[in-house]
Amino acid sequence: MNKKNLPLLLILFIIVSACGQAGSQPTNTPTGPRTLTVMTHDSFAVSDSVVTAFESANNVKVQFIASGDAGTALNKAILSKDNPIADVFYGVDNTFLSRALSENIFEPYNSPLLADIPDQFKLDPQNRALPVDYGDVCLNYDIPYFTDHNLQPPQNLEDLLKPEYKGLLVVENPAASSPGLAFLLATIGHFGADHYLDFWRGLVANNVEVVNDWETAYYTEFSRWGGTRPIVVSYGSSPPFEVIYAQQPIDKPLTAVITSDGSCFRQIEFVGILRGTKNLDLAEKWVDFMLSTTFQEDMPLQMFVFPVIPNAKLNDTFMRFMAVPEHPAYVSPDDIAANREAWINAWTETVLR
Amino acid sequence: MIAKRHRLLTVILLWFPPMVFLLLFYFYPLGSILHLSLARSQDGWASAFLEAFKSPIPMRAVGFTLWQAVLSTLLTLALGLPGAYLLAHYNFRGKSLLQALTGIPFLMPTLVVAAAFNALLGSNGWVNLGLMSLFDLQSPPIQFNQTFTAILVAHVFYNTTIVLRLVGDFWSHLDPRLSQAARMLGANRWQALRLVTFPILAPAIAAAALLVFIFDFTSFGVILVLGGPHFATLEVEIYYQTISLFNLPMASVLSMLQLACTLGLTIIYTRLARRVTMPLTLKPRAFTQHRLTTWRNRLMAGSIISMLMILLILPLAALALRSVTRLEPNRGQHVVTSPGFTLDYYHELGVNRRQSLFYAPPSTAIGISLGYALATTLLALALGFPAAWALARDSDSPINHILDPILMLPLGTSAVTLGLGFIVALDKPPLNLRASWMLIPLAHTLVAFPFVVRSLAPALRSIRPRIRQAAIVLGASPLKVFFNVDLPLIGRAVLVAATFAFTISLGEFGATSLIARPEYPTVPIAIYRFISQPGALNYGQALALSTILMLIASIGMLTIERLRFADVGEF
Repeated sequence: MNKKNLPLLLILFIIVSACGQAGSQPTNTPTGPRTLTVMTHDSFAVSDSVVTAFESANNVKVQFIASGDAGTALNKAILSKDNPIADVFYGVDNTFLSRALSENIFEPYNSPLLADIPDQFKLDPQNRALPVDYGDVCLNYDIPYFTDHNLQPPQNLEDLLKPEYKGLLVVENPAASSPGLAFLLATIGHFGADHYLDFWRGLVANNVEVVNDWETAYYTEFSRWGGTRPIVVSYGSSPPFEVIYAQQPIDKPLTAVITSDGSCFRQIEFVGILRGTKNLDLAEKWVDFMLSTTFQEDMPLQMFVFPVIPNAKLNDTFMRFMAVPEHPAYVSPDDIAANREAWINAWTETVLR
Repeated sequence: MIAKRHRLLTVILLWFPPMVFLLLFYFYPLGSILHLSLARSQDGWASAFLEAFKSPIPMRAVGFTLWQAVLSTLLTLALGLPGAYLLAHYNFRGKSLLQALTGIPFLMPTLVVAAAFNALLGSNGWVNLGLMSLFDLQSPPIQFNQTFTAILVAHVFYNTTIVLRLVGDFWSHLDPRLSQAARMLGANRWQALRLVTFPILAPAIAAAALLVFIFDFTSFGVILVLGGPHFATLEVEIYYQTISLFNLPMASVLSMLQLACTLGLTIIYTRLARRVTMPLTLKPRAFTQHRLTTWRNRLMAGSIISMLMILLILPLAALALRSVTRLEPNRGQHVVTSPGFTLDYYHELGVNRRQSLFYAPPSTAIGISLGYALATTLLALALGFPAAWALARDSDSPINHILDPILMLPLGTSAVTLGLGFIVALDKPPLNLRASWMLIPLAHTLVAFPFVVRSLAPALRSIRPRIRQAAIVLGASPLKVFFNVDLPLIGRAVLVAATFAFTISLGEFGATSLIARPEYPTVPIAIYRFISQPGALNYGQALALSTILMLIASIGMLTIERLRFADVGEF
């Protein structure tokens, strides 16, 4: 008899302790610190001291919830919008922004700190989503490969169609990968919605390789890391990573970035207050904090992205090897909202089938 | 009559805990997310289905999913059955190590496995470089990455251990006198195998094949990473539809299609299993196992072990080797670095270089992983035992006929769908678990539980009722019968079940990444964090942590193997 009851007891125990925990979590007892929950994607990182400063200044405990990649995290926020899982959501980018806005998950917030942020980053006029950082998705290449083969690295997207670059490029699938989608948008911005597929047909003819994820592209196919393809779709921040995380100190990276006009796509990441939060005051403070100099200056070496406030001071190594395109390709947020799925489907039909 | 009713009552009581668990943490979340998703379709449920089947996607995905799963399962059996024979019949030095090592692939993160295969078989891998220099070739002769072959090889790599454990364990308890008798009566070796051994083994083989098939059928990481964008199983298509295209009605139709396939297959399996299962006299291992004495035996053992080593252990060795090698570019002429041995990546694991809030030293990540694995093992055993017992107790009970196939459903469920289901359903007290760490062992248990049932049920079924009856007639209480009769007879199966639950939890990534708290990463989560950033140290740390994961897993499996209670080790 005892044996039979054991599992049942276990379940009861779990349920009871779950209730206990559920009951104790969102307590707003006036004595102890309140809890602010921030939902984000799994690339989010921040310095310990920065968060501690915010916590002690506001008598609050910040709890982070990582929810998979950027797309998955956003879906979680949308599906739980009737009973939000967190107070703040950080990490929706301009390729996903339309989904977040049309699902109406964010509360507008006219933060006073928006005044410092250049208008080019403010893509939501109602300020439901506030820009925090940006980074560029660009072609990277393996410098030693090109010197060894006495080959000029390509200068722009058009060059990739030339016979000397046949079989040298690896890209990510826009249906599965965020840099993959960003690069597809770069080609749409550069060649136009009517002609980008011609460019992709040319790439297919020139033996482009498509893989599903950045990790496979960079660590399996890219010649820097043991693959055979010396050109890869990655980030403008990849070379500084290569220096800062070199195994033995090196003074310059072995990879470089192509930054010609229209060959990169700029990803802007946003933060928003989740509609229905019970901690609106704290949520607003957190958003202000993310736009403040403290947080903005911490970001580059944590997530290898650029702060949106122009006066943030940046680390030297980071700046020295960071590639910043002057004119990244531009696709308007409205166009992305209207055509995102159609472009991905058309690309899939053209390139993969 | 009374006995019959009593039996029915027992079966119901036994089913109660596992069914409550499944209702709360499986059916309720799954139902909620499917309902919510289909409700997003513009003209209701029916139109969601109509829309979906107008598109070529569902049929294309089902076709490919089935095709690769059938092939992968056959290949896995082709490697696993000879291996199971070897492990069941012979004693040799290093056997338990071999058994533990063959179990490690099962829990390795896909991205790391892809790196290991690439080191061996990639364009610049050792095999291709060797062949190129041997035959003076200009380009690599083997194209492995992003091919159908890579998918099949990876599935064999991951799942052979299921066959080795489930079939090998059962086989090791078969009375060798059965086939000896057949040989005496004039059957040749092959006839004895086909007519005597195989029919007795059939339930175990079928159970292993079913689990392997479902794993291949719902394959995600392998298809995505090693197969590439030209291949899409249902699970991969569900991911595209959910995350990238946000077409939730389509995603739920695909999810249901995947569930329907799993359910159909499981129903066929349970029918078959009932027909072929028979009570046996299980024998202790000492009775069934021999040393390798003749040269023929040694040759046979040698070739099976080499096959297992090449397919399952060599990639792991490549991984471990890379974690202590300077990962400079292959043509590192432009930087003067000496290639060779290094422990830099292991040292770096202990450094919080960025002063990050989410930094966790490897010991913490290991502790968290082991904690979840322990919780999962206990919970899965506690739930799986009554279920397996109910199944074995009364194989004609209509309750069992209905509930048996349902047990397998969690394995056939899309992880993305169920993960979102947790968020949608478990959001109110008393079950507000969305941000709780408890969701992780619960999710792991959903996957481990079917394994536990499948490991235990064949062993429990094969106990002759007479043994139990004899004990009862001799005055043993039900509890005493359980501890002195049932448990010793199925002890090995309990260890197999525990090993599965432990490894499933230790290696799980998908569900964990959806619900993990960033301050408390498991080892696979920490590996993923490293490998998703550029730089030698990041890549090296991912490899180093993977090697540590392999070590922990081997130690864990060897420990479970050595557990001795109630004569369990005897069997």
